[in-house]
Amino acid sequence: MSMLETRSTSAMLYLDGVHVSFDGFHAINNLSLTLEPGEMRAIIGPNGAGKTTMMDIITGKTKPDKGEVVFDGTVDLTKLDETEIAKLGIGRKFQKPTVFESQTIEDNLLLALNVDHSVRGTLFWRRSNDESERIERVLDIIRLRDARDRLAGSLSHGQKQWLEIGMLLAQDPKVLLVDEPVAGMTDVETQQTAELLREINSHDKTVMVVEHDMTFVRELGVKVTCLHEGTVLAEGTIDDVSANERVVEVYLGR
Amino acid sequence: MTPHILTRSLDRGAALFLVVLAALGVLLPLLNLLTPESSALHVPTYLISLFGKYVCYAILALSIDLIWGYCGILSLGHGAFFALGGYAMGMYLMRQIGSRGVYGNPVLPDFMVFLNWKELPWYWYGFDMFWFAAVMVLLVPGLLAFCFGWLAFRSRVTGVYLSIITQAMTYALLLAFFRNDFGFGGNNGLTDFKDILGFNIQSDGTRAALFLLSCLALAIGFLICRAVVTSKLGKVLIAIRDAESRTRFLGYRVESYKLFVFTLSACMAGVAGALYVPQVGIINPSEFAPANSIEAVIWVAVGGRGTLVGAALGAIVVNYAKTVFTSGPLAPYWLFMLGALFVAVTLLLPKGIVGTVNAWLDSHKPPPTDAADSAAREDGVIQPKPAE
Repeated sequence: MSMLETRSTSAMLYLDGVHVSFDGFHAINNLSLTLEPGEMRAIIGPNGAGKTTMMDIITGKTKPDKGEVVFDGTVDLTKLDETEIAKLGIGRKFQKPTVFESQTIEDNLLLALNVDHSVRGTLFWRRSNDESERIERVLDIIRLRDARDRLAGSLSHGQKQWLEIGMLLAQDPKVLLVDEPVAGMTDVETQQTAELLREINSHDKTVMVVEHDMTFVRELGVKVTCLHEGTVLAEGTIDDVSANERVVEVYLGR
Repeated sequence: MTPHILTRSLDRGAALFLVVLAALGVLLPLLNLLTPESSALHVPTYLISLFGKYVCYAILALSIDLIWGYCGILSLGHGAFFALGGYAMGMYLMRQIGSRGVYGNPVLPDFMVFLNWKELPWYWYGFDMFWFAAVMVLLVPGLLAFCFGWLAFRSRVTGVYLSIITQAMTYALLLAFFRNDFGFGGNNGLTDFKDILGFNIQSDGTRAALFLLSCLALAIGFLICRAVVTSKLGKVLIAIRDAESRTRFLGYRVESYKLFVFTLSACMAGVAGALYVPQVGIINPSEFAPANSIEAVIWVAVGGRGTLVGAALGAIVVNYAKTVFTSGPLAPYWLFMLGALFVAVTLLLPKGIVGTVNAWLDSHKPPPTDAADSAAREDGVIQPKPAE
């Protein structure tokens, strides 16, 4: 694990001058972004703005061609792979809900718990009371207690989204990257999700939420960053950003 | 409270499988040894060897199901590990011949004398001792699988690409073992075995004992697989099978898991091969043929991927069918039958025999009570996705 010699920034997540191109297409272009510890940030932007690619870079799925990605002021994330980054405490919910469909909801949460993830540890694993309690707590939060023994594949789209958020909770990371959490949810569910994320954030977690749904972003009531063509177009409150002429332009097309 | 690893791994289906296996493993040898040949209950020795061969195939199938059914690693080269285990045992059996060979050389096996070799190659040292050969039966396939897997899984070679390189691996070994100067008997392989641990390899008693041992090995292999798949590690394997990259993002080192289960599986295949060789009396490079490995995958598909019991059952059913077909007038058409079987199973029974039966039982059982519910949760039998 590569540690920078001295703490270079107070930010929890620090991206500076990041570039990524795929076959000549510049997906991320001189992207700079910082998230302070305990901050919740909403990321908006039209399709292809590079939101998901940015998450791929932070979680180690994609390596940047250039630029700095620093976690907690000390760890250079560009040198690590997905597993190491996950172990550091960066959890991710995917755009398309990705749960283990052929396993039960309870097992999905069990797999997500941040306990010993070694081959030996899992082979000789026995459930501890602490683990059971944590699973119960998450089941309550995501309101799937009655469905615990159902296969995750049998859940509705919205429930899968919640299960995946539940997996994030079980993982108990320092930073949560949440990609389109309310896609396919009803208005009530959307509102509940916003409440849930605010609740998570209030426990000192740094949260980055990518979302298209403006009502939802408004509901979160946090600082908003608008991405466009792989770079930051505007940053500020939702009202500032949605009043920004350039933002209106890229959303409506020119 | 989570039950102990052994009780957890024994559900009703698994227990039934072990009971049937134990009954056959004891009953058939007894019927062979204790009944007179004229008796209607007498089981001829050739049948004991034949069933012994099937049981070895069942162990191989089990090892494939562990990686394919539970972790999504489709190895089309598992026959190589089987053959390597077989060669290790074959080398011991060759050394046991001693001066009873055609050329009467006390140290060199016949084929080496024939090739005019003056001394034993270094890699044959130690194979005169059974314990050494037994260690090699596990070590050689295990080490090859470990090195192969370490390179492949670390580079994230998956899916059809992995299948292709496993085919290449077994084919490369086939070519190597065909060479006379490789030192393993060339295309004739190793044969003319005399005895094993001092017992005449042809005698009824030895055959019966080998059959019993094969059944025992199958039972132990089955229990090991059950213990693995019903542990939390088993859940991680299924997670890797269904959503590999998601599993990484949860902080699991996917390649370590794959490496563990691939190596374990190769060791099991090696044991299967080692028990196979004394029962069929020969090991030659044709065991490395890529088609053998593919056939073994078909057994698993027919029996039911991701069920363990199904893999063993599939191996026995398909091989029994093969024996019946290839000894009758339909012999030339066996490969067509096998191909048709694979197509039919893929289209009509994507879960295989046991998978389909399990699904049927599940849909016909009354809604579970709380107690049954928690029991079901600990049950490692899962419904795999259809083969990709």
